Amino acid sequence: MSNMQEIDLAECTLRDANSQLQGEDVTGAWVIRNPRGRHALAVGLTAPVDVLVDGQAGYYAAGMNQRANVTINGNAGPGVAENMMSGRVHVSGNASMAAGATGHGGLLVIDGDAGARCGISMKGIDIVVRGSVGHMSAFMAQSGTLVVCGEAGEALGDSLYEAKLFVRGDVKSLGADCEEKEMTPQDLAHLQSLLDRAGITEYPADSFRLYGSARRLYHFHVDNAAAY
Amino acid sequence: MTDNSKKIPRTKPRFSATFDPFTISEIQRAAATGIYDIRGAGTKRKLPHFDDLLFLGASISRYPLEGYRERCDTDVVLGTRFARKPIRLKTPVTIAGMSFGALSAQAKEALGRGASAVGTSTTTGDGGMTPEERGHSSILVYQYLPSRYGMNPDDLRRADAIEVVVGQGAKPGGGGMLLGQKISSRVAKMRDLPEGIDQRSACRHPDWTGPDDLEIKIEELREITNWEKPIYLKIGASRPYYDVSLAVKAGADVVVLDGMQGGTAATQEVFIEHVGLPILSAIRSAVQALQDLGMHRKVQLIVSGGIRSGADMAKALALGADAVAIGTAALVALGDQSPDLAEEYARLGTVPGAYDDWQDGRDPAGITTQDPELAARLDPVLGGRRIANYLSVMTMEAQAIARACGKSHLHNLEPEDMVALTMEAAAMTRIPLAGTEWYPGKGSF
Ligand SMILES: Cc1cc2nc3c(=O)[nH]c(=O)nc-3n(C[C@H](O)[C@H](O)[C@H](O)COP(=O)(O)O)c2cc1C
Repeated sequence: MSNMQEIDLAECTLRDANSQLQGEDVTGAWVIRNPRGRHALAVGLTAPVDVLVDGQAGYYAAGMNQRANVTINGNAGPGVAENMMSGRVHVSGNASMAAGATGHGGLLVIDGDAGARCGISMKGIDIVVRGSVGHMSAFMAQSGTLVVCGEAGEALGDSLYEAKLFVRGDVKSLGADCEEKEMTPQDLAHLQSLLDRAGITEYPADSFRLYGSARRLYHFHVDNAAAY
Repeated sequence: MTDNSKKIPRTKPRFSATFDPFTISEIQRAAATGIYDIRGAGTKRKLPHFDDLLFLGASISRYPLEGYRERCDTDVVLGTRFARKPIRLKTPVTIAGMSFGALSAQAKEALGRGASAVGTSTTTGDGGMTPEERGHSSILVYQYLPSRYGMNPDDLRRADAIEVVVGQGAKPGGGGMLLGQKISSRVAKMRDLPEGIDQRSACRHPDWTGPDDLEIKIEELREITNWEKPIYLKIGASRPYYDVSLAVKAGADVVVLDGMQGGTAATQEVFIEHVGLPILSAIRSAVQALQDLGMHRKVQLIVSGGIRSGADMAKALALGADAVAIGTAALVALGDQSPDLAEEYARLGTVPGAYDDWQDGRDPAGITTQDPELAARLDPVLGGRRIANYLSVMTMEAQAIARACGKSHLHNLEPEDMVALTMEAAAMTRIPLAGTEWYPGKGSF
């Protein structure tokens, strides 16, 4: 802790805080004190730095992250790690809706629960949720992996493309064109590596089920009209 | 002995105004296919439009400026409210957002070349930014759409402005659509989708819903780009007074208002023809909203939807817009609808001037296609020249009108310079009916 560089949001503006963290030549480990639910914290980072947000974060924390390792020591508001490209974002509490929305890469780990639309339109990001996710999670998810150790709300994976969804607990309902899939050894290995990277040891990979796209909506057909 | 039946005059076959031949063919098509008609371009019905306004010109009570000798400036600065690096255009006509995917790479390059030659901007679209268009556009606006295809912070920082798209005039409330024929491997890769599928993109943004969220989203985009880039907000014309007010509240630098004549690459015919407001009816209430908030000219207004000429541009500016944007007209300038393609259009079941299958990727002009052979027909250098020519003509036309009205800058045009030709146009714009001092809603005739 002692060699961490400190930013105190009680004493500086959001712009000051973010501009200290943004840019290619930023290095080392940083802590943001007194975040107090501020929005757009630690967004647009590009350097492989460690950032600890010591408290609650508002909307879009760590948005569009590239390479940085951001830990939120608290809860995160809507759109945490939205459109993340690479790096790692870790939320120690719960995350609100649209966690990891449209993310292209990197790993988002949520120790608590995530709200509605977790992983919406995801494009390659990996998301591991230790708790449960809300309704419409992985809506229109294009690629990447969502791992849910708890339960999933209604309409999981609605209008899914090629993302993979692993859920351990109950799924309240599947969305249009989402179906349960056979788990291959490769799927199991992929899931195991994500659990390892998220530091989750208590749940064996074979206790999850895999869901994916039935690919029935890839081409419009009148007989599927009820699904639209 | 004579055959009387031959002498009885027969009535001619009479088509119904309700069940006209187009309507009948549409019912037949729907019954045969089970899918609504999807097409490109904008609405084809007749609507109140800029043609329903005229300029008065100068005479004794106003005096004109000398054509060619006295200056009539055309420059415009966009994004002066919050952005640290506002955009400066030499002429207030910009190229609207059209995606790579909907358009060929050659078409995008040509648009960039043409716009750059005359000092104006181009805009990306629902599919991300290509290196070609960035390279060939000296000023490039980067769209931030619900689909977020290809969205990434590097391109955000590479852009000159960011346009958050809430809606489009051709389909306010609708999402994007790109049919399988146009999802080539490059397009698929940029969008992170399987090749060849019918892609339907979302109509709502994934991580914000109302104006309060939007305000935070805009703050995030500014934080990521160091508060440098102007943030535009694009809306389809539907409730312009309220939507513009909310756009200002959410912190937009520029509002882009697109009327229902606006083109699209692929949308349901029923949506194109039946949803939204004609641009003529939307400008005045948008300007009113800005004026009521004390933000007219501080938050700039760009309008689009059926802009075809310098006259349309001058009228939009006189109604209070700061700039206009064009989509369809730019494609026509590039070679869409060319009579030279009549034979090929005939093979596609259409004629020059009516081609609207921009969704299906077989465009003989090489514009709305991803087919490498068709796309190669469009020479981006020549296309760029045609775009530059056309934009220059639009500018000179608008200047000719402004000088005739005695204005030394296009932005000095004002409602008072115009009259309305129809009751509808007078009611929509509050510009008096020609020959009167009156518009509907105003006290006495
Ligand atoms: C081929 C084509 C593709 C388009 N793609 C987009 C798009 O990706 N995003 C967007 O906001 N608008 C899109 N538009 C709408 C234009 O940005 C613009 O609003 C419209 O073309 C203006 O009306 P006009 O065509 O009458 O000039 C597209 C229009 C066309 C013709």
